[in-house]
Amino acid sequence: MTKAGPASVEFRNVSMRYGSVTAVDNVSFAIEAGRLVTLLGPSGCGKTTTLRMIAGLEIASEGQILIAGRDVTRLSAADRDVSMVFQSYALFPHMSVLENAAYGPTVKGLGKEAAREMAMAKLALVGLKGFEKRYPSELSGGQQQRVAVARALVLEPQVLLFDEPLSNLDAKLRRRVREEIRELQQDLNLTVAYVTHDQEEALAVSDRIIVMSNARIAQEGAPRELYEQPANAFVADFIGDANLIDVAITRVTDGRADVALGPLTVSLPARGLSVGPARIAIRPESLLIGPAADAAGLPGTIRKCAYLGNHLDIMVTTAVGELFVIQYGSREMLPEGSPVSLSFAGSGVTLIPPV
Amino acid sequence: MRGSTKLALLLGWLGYGLLPWYLLERVSFSSFGWLAGYPFGRAGSALALALSGQAPWLLPVGLAFALATLGLFRRDETAVARLLMLAGAAGMALFFAQGFAIGLKGQGMPWLAALLGGAGASQPGMGAGAFLAILSLLLLFCHGLAYRGYCKGDLFTTSAIGVIVLLIGLFIFFPVATILESALIDQNGAFALSAFTSRFFDSSIWGLGCITANTNCGVAWNTLLLAVLCGVITTLLGLACALLILRTGMPGKRVMRALTVLPIITPPFVIGLALILLFGRSGLLSNVLYEWFDVPRSRWIYGLPGVLLAQVLAFAPIAFLVLIGVVQGISPSLEEASQTLGAKRWQTFRTVTWPLLRPGIANAFLLGFVESMADFGNPLVLGGNYEVLSTKIFFAVVGASHNQGQAAVLAIVLLGFTLGAFWVQQRWLGDKSYTTVTGKGDSGLPTPLPRRVSWLAGLVILPWVALTFVIYLVILIGGFVKSMGRDYTPTLEHYRTGFSIDWSRGLFFDGAAWDSFFTTIKVAAISAPLTALIGLITAYLLTRQRFAGRGALEFATMLSFAIPGTVIGVAYILAFNVPPIEITGTGLILVIAFVFRNMPVGVRSGIAGLSQIDKSLDEASTTLRARSFTTLWRVVLPLLKPAIVSALVYSFVRSMTAVSAVIFLVSAEYNLATAYIVGRVEAGEFGLAIAYSSVLIVVMALGIGLIQLGVGERKLGRRKLIALSGSAAQPIAQGAAS
Repeated sequence: MTKAGPASVEFRNVSMRYGSVTAVDNVSFAIEAGRLVTLLGPSGCGKTTTLRMIAGLEIASEGQILIAGRDVTRLSAADRDVSMVFQSYALFPHMSVLENAAYGPTVKGLGKEAAREMAMAKLALVGLKGFEKRYPSELSGGQQQRVAVARALVLEPQVLLFDEPLSNLDAKLRRRVREEIRELQQDLNLTVAYVTHDQEEALAVSDRIIVMSNARIAQEGAPRELYEQPANAFVADFIGDANLIDVAITRVTDGRADVALGPLTVSLPARGLSVGPARIAIRPESLLIGPAADAAGLPGTIRKCAYLGNHLDIMVTTAVGELFVIQYGSREMLPEGSPVSLSFAGSGVTLIPPV
Repeated sequence: MRGSTKLALLLGWLGYGLLPWYLLERVSFSSFGWLAGYPFGRAGSALALALSGQAPWLLPVGLAFALATLGLFRRDETAVARLLMLAGAAGMALFFAQGFAIGLKGQGMPWLAALLGGAGASQPGMGAGAFLAILSLLLLFCHGLAYRGYCKGDLFTTSAIGVIVLLIGLFIFFPVATILESALIDQNGAFALSAFTSRFFDSSIWGLGCITANTNCGVAWNTLLLAVLCGVITTLLGLACALLILRTGMPGKRVMRALTVLPIITPPFVIGLALILLFGRSGLLSNVLYEWFDVPRSRWIYGLPGVLLAQVLAFAPIAFLVLIGVVQGISPSLEEASQTLGAKRWQTFRTVTWPLLRPGIANAFLLGFVESMADFGNPLVLGGNYEVLSTKIFFAVVGASHNQGQAAVLAIVLLGFTLGAFWVQQRWLGDKSYTTVTGKGDSGLPTPLPRRVSWLAGLVILPWVALTFVIYLVILIGGFVKSMGRDYTPTLEHYRTGFSIDWSRGLFFDGAAWDSFFTTIKVAAISAPLTALIGLITAYLLTRQRFAGRGALEFATMLSFAIPGTVIGVAYILAFNVPPIEITGTGLILVIAFVFRNMPVGVRSGIAGLSQIDKSLDEASTTLRARSFTTLWRVVLPLLKPAIVSALVYSFVRSMTAVSAVIFLVSAEYNLATAYIVGRVEAGEFGLAIAYSSVLIVVMALGIGLIQLGVGERKLGRRKLIALSGSAAQPIAQGAAS
């Protein structure tokens, strides 16, 4: 079998409708070969449907899907060189670990010995040597997950899909497995599409992230880009936390905007916005709490302060509303009602379009 | 064109060009006289017959194959798809047109025959060649659809849908439509609505003589009265029994469970037979009553009381099976909630338990109602002057009058009743059942029954259980005594008559019953796997594939549940006695009848089994490049073993015990055990009939055991999982209405 190598995936104006419900609405994006791209969004945003359309488990109602430049829109899952790791793992309960892993080459008719060899190689790769004779019901959740990955890898697919692969693992294991998946992807140079609703997981593993909301793409970009330059309020709020404040842009000069924020005027990159109403997204850790005497800051009073080990969660009441502040470093609890002054850190304050 | 399409095309040419097109009689593989004149003559192939001018109307079908063959030389898949669809559709249309237009002399459709170039010609029923040809045309059409992207372009899925639709159409809808047609035409074959209305509203059907005058009521009212009484009584018995077992400390749960299996393996008329031996004029109990208490012997058992008694004994366990599930399904915490809110035991029963039971009770009633309507054996044996629709249909067909139109009208009335009950069940109960079982564990204790309810229930079921035991005792010993009621000398005479084996000239089965016995086993053994196969494939399509018309297909398969056996029997002889499908009198028609009578159970147990298998397993298999057939074979089927077992068991057992449909279809050559026993009963040879029945019961018990051994358990690792679905007998409660 010749290895096809990783392939690119491209969606051109793809929509998916079930009766009157639109699950995916006119979506276009491209995944470069050898990259790990995450589809991120809240439940019901259409990310799993998008993944299943790449797999061929759903046939798009409209638009074009290309894998390695070839139009596969109408091809069934069995005709695409794509494998998938399911949320439930979908291991065949009546087959042993080896039989599960060897299923792909077996049904392809590659012969028992060849299938066995390929399966054993991939099982060794995921660290399951010695478990081949067990049945899925005799494995732990983490081991089952590895079998599912090995089974998907056996045919060395052009594209590998993960549908919330970590959701059935406990929190500690999750961190380890996601790192393993990332390493595997980079070592084997795989094209991976990865669905999750966990923004931290997405930031940790992805080359690029496609954020979806209400069947559409809200923003697409590198993890850092999305966190630091959110295109809209949804992305700002969904990836990390953000204080969203309605503001007015009073002047734009040389790509910088003067923004009226309560009693203050702040200068921020304009990001293509012009004079008029706008919003700003302020990351909680970008708000710095100083003594009330600091006249250059935004005055406020502490409403709540919670101790969370490595940081404090603080709610501050100000003229522009209640703001959420995270303070790292300082472990001193701030008494309720005490007056403070808030200033802005160099990053993490972004202008976004009004609603 | 993909490989399997080429194979389908090859199959078509084989059927059209090589195999004998028509159905042959006396085919043998030792002497080849039947092949005389091949490739022309009776055993000729369609191609030869068409080209030689003997049957020019077969030529267009061949042109369809030629058209499809052109697809071999096209590269463009959409063009191939269009070609295949066109060839398949046109070929099928031409195939059926010539089949229905040209039949026996003076039948068929003359205008269409003239159009096809066969005016005045006649042809016999279709055979192997025609079968392969239509199968091939259908597959070509379905493959064309798949190439166009239907069902995600999966050849197996579109082909399976096509085959199932064709089979249901041919063997369920076509016969039923034939009934309607023959009810609407008079003896000369002319369309006559007035004849239909006069037959339909005849006083022998709808007359109310028993109320207004001192004559008999119409047969429709008789049937209705019997069915309502049977439904009510079986439901009450089943409910009493379910409540007593689950809600009191009454012992005997195991015994009651065993009792529910008995009616499944008991041929339906055996109860009636035993009742005659007990309560007939010279019955066991009648004798006792006469000699000890001077109660005069009478014939009270023949008529409504006897039929009702037999049906209640036969069907009450089914109601019990349904209701025990319903009672178990009521979460105890609901009743505990009621009690913590201050309700007394009786109040709780009245305000919480009873309303939750109601849908289940309605369901059990409808089952009993439909069962009674469809029952044929008991009214035949015990009916006397009390006529019901099923027996009247039988006598209209086989009796001296031989009035098929009359039988068709009666069958329509019966079909109307059962379809009505089915409709009520689907519409009215469909969304009214309260699911009270959630996935969560429920640790509450069921409330004990109020005392008066337990006493009442106990009083009701005691005689029933006692009578059931006596009945089976009679069946057991009846075969071993000279003559029940007259002479109790132990004897093996009846078994010898039926099942003697002569060893003097080697092995020779010279008992009278062997022929029908072997035929029954053979037919049951052939039809059981076919039923399971078709049922499970249909279930797979219904649950796992999305396609246009899925709802209609589901409705059609479930609808065949509601068609009584008698109606199917009549429909089959009307539809399959003449070309194009002329198979009455063969063993084939028995197999087909069984397969399509029992298919709904295969479908139901398949759907139940499939709903427990996570769909992502199928998808995982698909993403690993397995096509749907491979997925079905390697993933779904191994996990479906319990469903397969129940479908096999059910269809095997039903095939052995069925009477109503097959009594019309048996022939001297292909007689079945049940039909043979009914014949013995009518001839008054009760001893042999009882002996034969007990043999059947034993064989079925063995058969069930064998199938369960053969299919085996699902292998799900060394840690043994509790079987996901219940025992093999489970779907029988649902399937019992057929």
